[in-house]
Amino acid sequence: MPGSYLPSEYLPILMLLVTGIAFGVLVLWIGKLFRVQRPYFEKLVAYESGNPPTEEPRMRFSVKFYTIAILFIVFDVEAIFLYPWALVFNKLGLFALLEMFIFIILLLIGYVYAWKKGNLEWDN
Amino acid sequence: MQILILLIQIAILVAVVLLHVAYATYFERKIIGHMQVRMGPMLVGWHGLLQPIADGIKSFFKEDIIPDQADKSLFLAAPIICLAAMMVSLSVLPFAKGWALADINVGLLFIFAMSSLASYGIILAGWASNSKYTLLGGIRSMAQVISYEIAIGLSLVGVMMLSGTLNLSQIVEAQGNSFFGMFIISQPVAFFVFFIAMLAETNRVPFDLPEAETELVSGYITEYSGMRYAMFFMAEYIGMFVMASIGVVCFLGGWYGPFAVPLFPPIWFILKVYFIMFLFIWIRATLPRYRYDQLMAIGWKLLIPLSLGNIFITGLAMTLAQ
Repeated sequence: MPGSYLPSEYLPILMLLVTGIAFGVLVLWIGKLFRVQRPYFEKLVAYESGNPPTEEPRMRFSVKFYTIAILFIVFDVEAIFLYPWALVFNKLGLFALLEMFIFIILLLIGYVYAWKKGNLEWDN
Repeated sequence: MQILILLIQIAILVAVVLLHVAYATYFERKIIGHMQVRMGPMLVGWHGLLQPIADGIKSFFKEDIIPDQADKSLFLAAPIICLAAMMVSLSVLPFAKGWALADINVGLLFIFAMSSLASYGIILAGWASNSKYTLLGGIRSMAQVISYEIAIGLSLVGVMMLSGTLNLSQIVEAQGNSFFGMFIISQPVAFFVFFIAMLAETNRVPFDLPEAETELVSGYITEYSGMRYAMFFMAEYIGMFVMASIGVVCFLGGWYGPFAVPLFPPIWFILKVYFIMFLFIWIRATLPRYRYDQLMAIGWKLLIPLSLGNIFITGLAMTLAQ
């Protein structure tokens, strides 16, 4: 019957997740009964080496972080494509090898392009 | 009934790992102390043995400061996300034959997924604190973690090709047949890449840019105090433990000893994990910190080509051997 499959081997993971969250919440919540809370203005100001904060804290940051994020998506998808290939490599033999060489070479072209474009440099 | 047994197992696992975390900080301070010709913690208990307990109690009673400008709900949730994601990845680690809490067939993939989730906690902490240092630390950490995640993912492809599975227990079993019972012999380059990327992934020296004390105060945890601060630390040390375990499982033969020494299997596993943890600490005591552009250059220009080349060569060698 479709839909009746229960992934029971994942039950411990779910339980550990609940335990982890509960641990975090409970420790903080129980601790609340014991710890002192004496907030005042200076204590609650964002830390900036003792000076009063200037400007918006959420400032603009380098566009390089965006290009890194885009590159990450490309290469992470590549890695995910490599996994199933690696798992059945022994069964497919030479065919799999050639197939994957073509795939990796295609990606290497993009990689070399990004390198030549200077997307991997940080000091210019 | 089954659920009760599971609960007991989870309780034991969490207790053991938390104790491990506490004493990992102790060993770290002690070892670095001795490497720098100091004594390390000495006052609380015999040779400072109760120091981690004292630290825990102290941070439990410390005031929980929430900055005025902070995005409160995210600020409160971030450490819990970090800690819970790290704890969950413990469930797939095989400490011995059949000793994994959840013996799932995508174990390795699951670990990657969870370590990515934990980086959400970091970036949320950096953003929600609404302070310049934390924002910079959070962004840096994110860029670093995603860059090195590719290197880790690619370096383990060779191991997957040799073992033909993502299940952690079966990877260990597959190594039993190989020479010396360890994949490090046939995959030295992969281990090299994995080890460096592992240091960066767990934000350790020499790649601890996100918490670089000299420039960013404390990085993304600058605004945190008390127990929440401690939670980030716990998450970091559990992350170290998980990454060291992955190294042991994929390259060092898991719970099998290199020689036919009849030792209780989990002891081999823990010994190897602690060997890698010792390397972590040793490196921290030895190396200075990298600059940010150097860090990115190592990840993108050295480790990724190396691991791709490793895949090429492993594939060629396996095809030729057939």
